[in-house]
Amino acid sequence: MTGMVNSFLKPKTGSWSNALFILPYLIFFIGMLVYPLILGIELSFYKLDLFGPGRFVGFKNYVRLFSDKIFIQSVMNTLYFVVLTVPAIVLISLFIAIALNQESKTSGLLRGIFFSSSVLSVTIVTLIWRIVFIPNDGLLANLFVGLGWEPIGFLSRPEWALVAVAITTIWWCIGLPMMLFLAALQQVPKEVYEAAALDNTSKFRTFLYITVPSIMRTIILTVIIEIILQFQLFGQAQLMTNGGPNGTSRPIVMFIYDAAYKRWDIGYAAAASQVLFAMILVAAMAQYFFSSRKGHG
Amino acid sequence: MSDLQKTFNAEAGKNNRMLIISAIFLAIIMLLPFMWVIGLSFKANQELMMGTNSVFHPPYTIKNYLSILAASSVFGWVVNSLIVSIGITVGVLILSSLAGYAFARLEFPFRSVLFIIVLMGLAVPEQAVIIARHQIFSGFKMHNTYTALIVPSLAAPFGVFLMTQFFKAIPKEIDEAALLDNASRFKIFWKILLPLTFPAQATLGIFTFLAGWNDYWWPLISATKKGMKTLTIGLASSQANFAQSEGLGFLTAQAIFAAAPILIVYIIFQKYIVTAVSGAAVK
Repeated sequence: MTGMVNSFLKPKTGSWSNALFILPYLIFFIGMLVYPLILGIELSFYKLDLFGPGRFVGFKNYVRLFSDKIFIQSVMNTLYFVVLTVPAIVLISLFIAIALNQESKTSGLLRGIFFSSSVLSVTIVTLIWRIVFIPNDGLLANLFVGLGWEPIGFLSRPEWALVAVAITTIWWCIGLPMMLFLAALQQVPKEVYEAAALDNTSKFRTFLYITVPSIMRTIILTVIIEIILQFQLFGQAQLMTNGGPNGTSRPIVMFIYDAAYKRWDIGYAAAASQVLFAMILVAAMAQYFFSSRKGHG
Repeated sequence: MSDLQKTFNAEAGKNNRMLIISAIFLAIIMLLPFMWVIGLSFKANQELMMGTNSVFHPPYTIKNYLSILAASSVFGWVVNSLIVSIGITVGVLILSSLAGYAFARLEFPFRSVLFIIVLMGLAVPEQAVIIARHQIFSGFKMHNTYTALIVPSLAAPFGVFLMTQFFKAIPKEIDEAALLDNASRFKIFWKILLPLTFPAQATLGIFTFLAGWNDYWWPLISATKKGMKTLTIGLASSQANFAQSEGLGFLTAQAIFAAAPILIVYIIFQKYIVTAVSGAAVK
């Protein structure tokens, strides 16, 4: 009897009512992610401004993009920025993680310091660094004068602007990869190191032949994650240099922002954002490929 | 043998000390910009006009902070940021827990297809959807509302992914026992499983709050009216006339004042944040 009641009350496997649990999220997922994604692709085929319904132009926006010197420049700037930041971020945070891979008060405190900049917003980070970079009165200018060098107006020099944005970004972004590396280092079995120690292997060789291979997967994943992140540079460049001088520090995302919300060339901006999406997708697929290959260290 | 071990330990200790010392050196470099800005914020604007060297000797003043308290739109921005970040956090926690429970435990049509589609959403960057989102909210004349600032963040798939993993890790016997006691699906979720996911809720909550608090691009284009600005973009708009009109002392005090709430949260919850980040890292 109770058995019958039970099987009656128990929801059947595969029942639609179970889907009610995901329905609330699904509404937001479709309304704010799936639909905008499709609408964004559609917009990229239209000539569209603030007023009126717009008109279908086919692939014209895309054709225009690839002959637009300013867009090409922003792609080059973004690639250059990735080259400036990603290796530096990965190497510095890897070094810090190795140095702090021990249980002690000092190492805990230092971890806290290295991660602290990561919780700040882009506005505060850039405000701090603009003050550091002030041409004649900033921290760096004072330092340069102290060393007997000529102070440089980092943010207003074409060859330095993006470098200054990169330095700021490295300072801002070091915390997350450090944490990723620390987590990976803690998974390396202690016995491996002890064996190496008994064989009198030097510290450097131990690092090269034991530590690096054991965390190789994390290193590759971190590089990909950082490439994806730094590809999306926007706020730092906009707030520190506004893309200048002469567009030498304008990244792709800022190109999209300017096209959409300064010139209200919505369709054109949508096309540029699809190009950026395609680039990021390639990196994301690489990330998926590596993260699904488990068990290879 | 023990001698060898000793020399080895001494060697390792020396290496570790070298590493720690260089890490301390890096940490000092890392902190220099903070200290520079804090120092300037305690100097009078007029004095800084003559040169920032004066930061190394008194007089110091708290006048810059007082003028923030007296003047400022900063408070309104902080309130807006709080409303938006808390709204996003609560929303994401509820939606992700419900969906994560369903994906981990319940059978329903198209479950695995839906889960894969949601996972694919992880690869969609904000830039790919933000223009269309802006158009949608323009269509409904919804810009400059809290709803517009909160709703887009509720679609992020990361929380659903994290909660699904967490619910999967809970032993099935727990809810099977409850099912035998005739408890409803919702009751099992609410009374039995949800309390067990507290660590995941904390992780997800901290991440979501930080992301909401620091969000830049969406509020920049959606909250264009002065009264709706969040702290992040309010501060950005006020530094447009950088260092000229308001004075370096005031500007630096504003930076410190704006950084303070999140840094205090960070210091208090540091343990949770650190375990949250490393926990998510292992996943």
